[in-house]
Amino acid sequence: MTTTAPATTPAARPARPGRGPRLRTPRRHSVDRPRRSGLLTVLTALVCLYSLVPLAWLLINATKSQGDLFTSFGLWFSGNFHLVQNVTDTLTYDDGIFVRWLGNTLLYVVAGAGGATLLAVLGGYGLAKFTFPGKRAVFAVVIGAVAVPGTALAVPTFLMFSRMGLTNTPWAVIIPSLISPFGLYLMWTFAAEAIPTELLEAARVDGAGEARTFAQICLPLLAPGIVTVLLFTMVATWNNYFLPLIMLKDPDWYPLTVGLNAWNAQAATAGGEAIFNLVITGSVLTILPLVVAFLLLQRYWQSGLASGSVKE
Amino acid sequence: MSTPRTLWRGAAVVGALTLALTACSSGGSGGGSSDDSSGSAESGSLLVWAWDNTVEPIAESYMDEHPDVTIDVVNAGTGNDQYTALQNAVAAGSGIPDLAQVEYYAVPQFAIGGALADISGLGASDLEGTYSPGPWSAVHQGDAIYGLPMDSGPMALFYNTTVFEKYGVDVPTTWDEYLDAARALHAADPSVYIANDTGDAGFTTSMIWQAGGHPFQVDGTDVTIDLADAGSQKFADLWQQLIDEDLLAPISSWSDEWYQGLGNGTIASLTIGAWMPGNLEAGVEQASGQWRVAPMPQWEAGASASAENGGSALSVMEASQNKDLAYDFLTYLSNGPGTRIRIDAGGFPATTADLESDAFLGKESEYFGGQKINEVLSQSAADVVEGWQYLPFQVYANSIFNDTVGQAYVSDTSLADGLAAWQEQVTTYGNDQGFTVQ
Repeated sequence: MTTTAPATTPAARPARPGRGPRLRTPRRHSVDRPRRSGLLTVLTALVCLYSLVPLAWLLINATKSQGDLFTSFGLWFSGNFHLVQNVTDTLTYDDGIFVRWLGNTLLYVVAGAGGATLLAVLGGYGLAKFTFPGKRAVFAVVIGAVAVPGTALAVPTFLMFSRMGLTNTPWAVIIPSLISPFGLYLMWTFAAEAIPTELLEAARVDGAGEARTFAQICLPLLAPGIVTVLLFTMVATWNNYFLPLIMLKDPDWYPLTVGLNAWNAQAATAGGEAIFNLVITGSVLTILPLVVAFLLLQRYWQSGLASGSVKE
Repeated sequence: MSTPRTLWRGAAVVGALTLALTACSSGGSGGGSSDDSSGSAESGSLLVWAWDNTVEPIAESYMDEHPDVTIDVVNAGTGNDQYTALQNAVAAGSGIPDLAQVEYYAVPQFAIGGALADISGLGASDLEGTYSPGPWSAVHQGDAIYGLPMDSGPMALFYNTTVFEKYGVDVPTTWDEYLDAARALHAADPSVYIANDTGDAGFTTSMIWQAGGHPFQVDGTDVTIDLADAGSQKFADLWQQLIDEDLLAPISSWSDEWYQGLGNGTIASLTIGAWMPGNLEAGVEQASGQWRVAPMPQWEAGASASAENGGSALSVMEASQNKDLAYDFLTYLSNGPGTRIRIDAGGFPATTADLESDAFLGKESEYFGGQKINEVLSQSAADVVEGWQYLPFQVYANSIFNDTVGQAYVSDTSLADGLAAWQEQVTTYGNDQGFTVQ
C-alpha cells in the first residue's frame, strides 16, 4: 500500500485566502494512488467475512469430537484437539468407504471433466475456425443447451439409462458429465479470439496437416482457455450431487457428495449412528483437493481471463 | 407421480424386456440371480436394500453358514430417500432389490401398489405368536403378509432424571401430570422444555393411537379418514395447551440442535419408540448416566395403554426372482440367529421370545444409570393398543403433514384445524389415486 495524503477533506472548504481562484485542482488520485472509500472498504470486509465464516467454521469444527461439537462455541476451538483422530476415523469408518468415495470422485472428475474438456476444445476449435453448413443451427442448439440446468435433465436421463441398463454403474455419472455446453461455448469464443486465422493459413501454406496444425500451433494458444474450461467442468463434476444421487444405489460407486449426505442421514433414523464429526471432517477433506487445484491452476486461468484485453 | 396407468404398464413391459435382454449383465443389478433358476434356499445371490446398520453383519453371518449364497446389502438411502428410489426402480422395472427395508407406516402403500410379495404362502402364516402384536399386525393386509418385522418401537417416556431432580419435578404418569410438569420445568428455567416438537407425523399418529383413536380405517380400497375422532381430539386438546403456552422447544427432531438439546438438558424428555437408546448412546454421549425410561403417560390414571412409534419390516419384493432364498434369509434375520446380532447392537426386537427372555429383561444399561430399561420397554410392547391401521398412501400423507398440521406450530391455526386440513388434502389425494375415501 502506498501512503496517501491524510483523510479526505470536506467538500465545502473555503478557498485559501490570498490566492487567486484555482482553475484546476491538482489530481489527487491516480492509478498508483487510488481513491479510498470508507464505505466500500466496510462493505467489502463484510462480504469477505460472509464468504469466509462458513469455511472458518468448518475448519474449526473439524478439530472437535462429537461431544464437543454440541457443548462448545461454534466459532472457536474446544480446547480438545481432536482433528487427527477425526481424520483417522473418517478414513477408516465403515471399512474405509470414504477413501473409496474419494477414488470414485477422482474417477468421475478425470473421466468426466477431462472428457468434457477434450470434447469442448475439439468442438470449440472446429466451430470457431471452420465454416460448414448448419453452423448457425449448431450455435442455436449450444446456446439453448447452456440455458438448461443439468438437474432438469437428470430424471429423463435416469429413465433412459435404466432402460439401457446403465444405472448403478460409473457410466451413469461419467457419460452425462462429458457434455458441457457452457464449456463448448467458452472454447468457441476463446478460440475465435486467440487463434489468428492468418496463422492457420500460414501453417497450411507451409504444408502442415490439420491435425498437426491443431496440436502444435493451436493447442498452446488455447492453453489458458483449456484450463478455464477444465476448472469449470472439474468443479461441476466434483460437486455434482443430484445426478449421482438418482443414478447410483450402490454405496461402492458413490462420489463424496452423495456419500457424505448418506453419513449425515445416519443421524436422522432409528438405529442409526450419528457421526456429525466425521461428516464435518469429511467435508473438509472433500474441499481440499479443489482448493489445491485452484491454487495450482490459477496463473493460467487469470491469464486466460485477461487475454485479449490489451493490445500488445 | 400422476403418470397414467398405461404408461406405467408400458414402462414396466419395456423394463422387463430390457431386463430380459441385459439379463443382469452386472452382478450388482437387481432381480435376483440368473445363474440359479431353481431358486433353492441353499445357493444364489440376493440384493438387499436397508439403511439399518445391523443388516450387513447379519448377512455376513448368514453367508458364513451358507457358503453358496452371496448377499449384497446396499444402503440406498434412509426412509423417504429409499422409498423414492424403490418407486423409481419399480417404475423402471429394473434395479429392484430382492428384499427392502420398509417402515411399518409405509408397508400398506407398497403392498397395495403391488411392489411387495405376499409371503404368507412361504411359511409366514405359521408365525402367529412369534412377534409382539403391534409389528405383527403392521405387516398384515387382510390375510396377506408383506414382510417380517425387523424391530419394533413400543413407546416409552425417556426423561433426563438430572433435570427433573434439579427442579424437583416428578416424572409424570398421566398426560395431565405431563402438562403440569411441562409448566413447572419451563417456569423453573425458561431454557428448559419438557419436549421438542415442530410437527412430526409419526409422533402425532402414535399419540392418537395411544389415545384410542382410529383415524384411518382401511378395507381394500375403501378408506375412512376421521382425524376428529375421540382419540384425535384428546391428543389435539392436550397438545394445543402445550403449544399455546410455549412449552415445546421449537426444535425439529433429528436435527443437530435436537442432539445438542438432548445432551445439555434443555430437552428434558422424549416420548418415543423403544429403539431410542441406541441413538442416545451413539449421538448423545455427553448425557450418559442422566437418562431414564418410564412408561408412557396415560390418558386415564392407572391405565396401561401404549402405541408403536417407528420400526421397520424387511419385505420380499414381488419382482424378486429368488423368493425362496429371500424368505430364508428373511426368517434368519427376523426370527432366527439374526435377532441376537440386532439386540447386541442395541436394536429393539419384535420377537416375543426375545422380549420375554430373562437375559434381555435383566440387562442393565450403563447409559441409563444401570436401569433395566427393557423391563419398561417390553411391558410397553405388550400394552400396545390393537386395531391401528395406516393409510395405503401414508408416505404421501406424512409428506404433507408439515404443510397442514405443522402450521399449528408456527401460526394461529389450531391443531384441530390443522388435522382437518390434513384430512381434506389426504382425502382428495386418495380419491385421485383411485381409492374410495370418505
